[in-house]
Amino acid sequence: MSSAFSAINTIQPLHRTIDNPSVSPFLGSTHKLRSFPACNRAPSASWIRRRFSIVAVSDVVKQQKTKSGSSLSNLLITKEEGLELYEDMVLGRSFEDMCAQMYYRGKMFGFVHLYNGQEAVSTGFIKLLTKEDCIVSTYRDHVHALSKGVPARQVMSELFGKTTGCCRGQGGSMHMFSEEYNVLGGFAFIGEGIPVSTGAAFTSKYRREVLKEANSDQVTLAFFGDGTCNNGQFFECLNMAALWKLPIVFVVENNLWAIGMSHLRATSDPEIWKKGPAFGMPGVHIDGMDVLKVREVAKEAVERARRGEGPTLIECETYRFRGHSLADPDELRDPAEKAHYATRDPIAALKKYMIENKLVNEAELKAIDKKIDEVVEDAVEFADASPHPVRSQLLENVFADPKGFGIGPDGRYRCEDPKFTEGTAHV
Amino acid sequence: MAVVFQGIGATAALTSATSVDSKKLYILSRRLVSETKSTFMVVRSDGRLNSGSNRRAQKLITNAVATKADSSPATKPGHELLLFEALREGLEEEMERDARVCVMGEDVGHYGGSYKVTKDLANKYGDLRVLDTPIAENSFTGMAIGAAMTGLRPIVEGMNMGFLLLAFNQISNNCGMLHYTSGGQFTIPVVIRGPGGVGRQLGAEHSQRLESYFQSIPGIQMVACSTPYNAKGLMKAAIRSENPVILFEHVLLYNLKERIPDEEYILNLEEAEMVRPGEHITILTYSRMRYHVMQAAKTLVNKGYDPEVIDIRSLKPFDLHTIGNSVKKTHRVLIVEECMRTGGIGASLTAAINEYFHDYLDAPVVCLSSQDVPTPYAGTLEEWTVVQPTQIVTAVEQLCR
Repeated sequence: MSSAFSAINTIQPLHRTIDNPSVSPFLGSTHKLRSFPACNRAPSASWIRRRFSIVAVSDVVKQQKTKSGSSLSNLLITKEEGLELYEDMVLGRSFEDMCAQMYYRGKMFGFVHLYNGQEAVSTGFIKLLTKEDCIVSTYRDHVHALSKGVPARQVMSELFGKTTGCCRGQGGSMHMFSEEYNVLGGFAFIGEGIPVSTGAAFTSKYRREVLKEANSDQVTLAFFGDGTCNNGQFFECLNMAALWKLPIVFVVENNLWAIGMSHLRATSDPEIWKKGPAFGMPGVHIDGMDVLKVREVAKEAVERARRGEGPTLIECETYRFRGHSLADPDELRDPAEKAHYATRDPIAALKKYMIENKLVNEAELKAIDKKIDEVVEDAVEFADASPHPVRSQLLENVFADPKGFGIGPDGRYRCEDPKFTEGTAHV
Repeated sequence: MAVVFQGIGATAALTSATSVDSKKLYILSRRLVSETKSTFMVVRSDGRLNSGSNRRAQKLITNAVATKADSSPATKPGHELLLFEALREGLEEEMERDARVCVMGEDVGHYGGSYKVTKDLANKYGDLRVLDTPIAENSFTGMAIGAAMTGLRPIVEGMNMGFLLLAFNQISNNCGMLHYTSGGQFTIPVVIRGPGGVGRQLGAEHSQRLESYFQSIPGIQMVACSTPYNAKGLMKAAIRSENPVILFEHVLLYNLKERIPDEEYILNLEEAEMVRPGEHITILTYSRMRYHVMQAAKTLVNKGYDPEVIDIRSLKPFDLHTIGNSVKKTHRVLIVEECMRTGGIGASLTAAINEYFHDYLDAPVVCLSSQDVPTPYAGTLEEWTVVQPTQIVTAVEQLCR
């Protein structure tokens, strides 16, 4: 049984013009490609191909597209699934909007990176996972944590730096961890989480093959951006994951910008999906503003990993509506580009799809909107009311085994010193 | 002759291998008796069981290599082996004991390890448990950290400690910090080990001493082994520890031979080892310099001095109790290390001793370290970058005037 991905496990990109309007080429890029300084050479065939060829999707999706003739197949979701997806995306959006408000009111500090506009990727992928599957993210991790199931209260508390946060206030915006929901972080340096996700996938395989736990088929998802795809850790991990057929899916959230660095100015070959086949895994490019398309491809990739057939590299073309972080003035991006992607808002698209296909009515969606508003309000109230960490928390989690602080001059372990538990010991 | 430790039958308590409850604080007194199923012996560094190795250590010549074979093998208890074999024995025993223990590194599997520490383990345990990685230190160290977070207990071998500079990102950011940043949710019981130090004309890049670079990272422990006995004990302790531990081995010490006990034993990660009790001066050292010190000690004893030699073993955190008791007795301290002069272990140790034991000092703390020079290839130059026994003798004579 060959996976549907085998059809696109090629090095040459498929070059066919797209007549389907909602699956567009790299819109942010074609404008820049025309004025790209390196293109002083005569346009060769391969260069022209690169301008127009983008899509490499699974055969499943291609078939369904031709069947229905519309951009989103009617067979893709049920009403319950649709509502679940809608609720998750609205939660992500509302939560992030509330974060911005709270930041400007001085309730949270530091670097806060918001996910507005990219909800389709998080929802499309993470809602397919079980609780035991792991996810690893970057600093733009609030919504990944929420999609995985971490309660909004815990995430908001963490952002406020309160002790009831998911990391006891010690992590912050960029370090969301949850042992219960298998969120393995939250990393500030880009690319840093990819080896960690590879390790989690390795554990899954090790459990099955060495520890002989037959049910061990946990899949790990690694989320990272376009900037990371020029980093060594990305390539090293693609190699190792493909080499050992680890149950991992590499999800590239290509929002075309790494703070102020356009993806095209940083990358020799901007089509990231092509880097998958170079390492022996399928590389797929999908429209990351369309949650149904994301979900379809994600399902394939996750099941492929679960079957033990190895990793997949999925490039999601997406966009962040806000700046890189709340401190970013966001002056470099073309307003026309932003306006274009605003019309492709994933929440609006899903809403339109569900209403047009008579899956739900307006009232049901409004009810969800209201429910999410209440959830987010409650999260803020909870976080506000939660206590700040006390001094004794300072030294508590530095070591899993606090003997690691060593033996003091008096012969006792430092951690036995009463000042240690008060947080005032000098270690 | 004062003995530093008084604990009799005192052991290091062990945590159960299966519970990874990182939220509990393991506050363990050193006087707790452990409860494990198998009988084993946990040894405190009181010098008694080390007596055989002490004698052996004093017979060694300057550049430590394998010693002469023991003249009466049959009658003594225990078994004789080389340091790398002791490491392997410790590793194998732990892999046997806990199926979650695995090794990752370059050439650890089929090749058996570039210093043969993992020889034949891949045949016994399979390619996944003794994993040959591609040459990607940063990524496979990160992979080990991710595996540790999700329940395994990996041991990362750096083919040479210097290569772990490439893994500094993962070691500093993730290995040391993730337990804290996650609010205690994830433990990282990883062991990072490898040979470092100045070898025999290996050139600058293969002769690095990384303990000075890693010592500031919060959340990790660092230990350095120097004899087959403490190599096996520290290896086992590091693997069983819930904290990330960096175990520093030395390229020139792998062929040291010693008789070690047959019974299972583990050593305490945070304790220092009394090598030679004395009265006149405290000499603090670790790893290969221990042998230079013991060589100098022979000369010093002949000249009428009585140095107390302590192998600090635990580079982070320092065992201030052993060190302190010694300083309070002798009032003079000499630190002999292979680390660089600037910002090395000796520098930190000097600061710590001055801070805690200033009142007990009769003379300033003297620290003999390697020159701040990229280790040259030429043998003569290389010899002058590290501390030699004659320098140690001179320093002791000056301190004890």
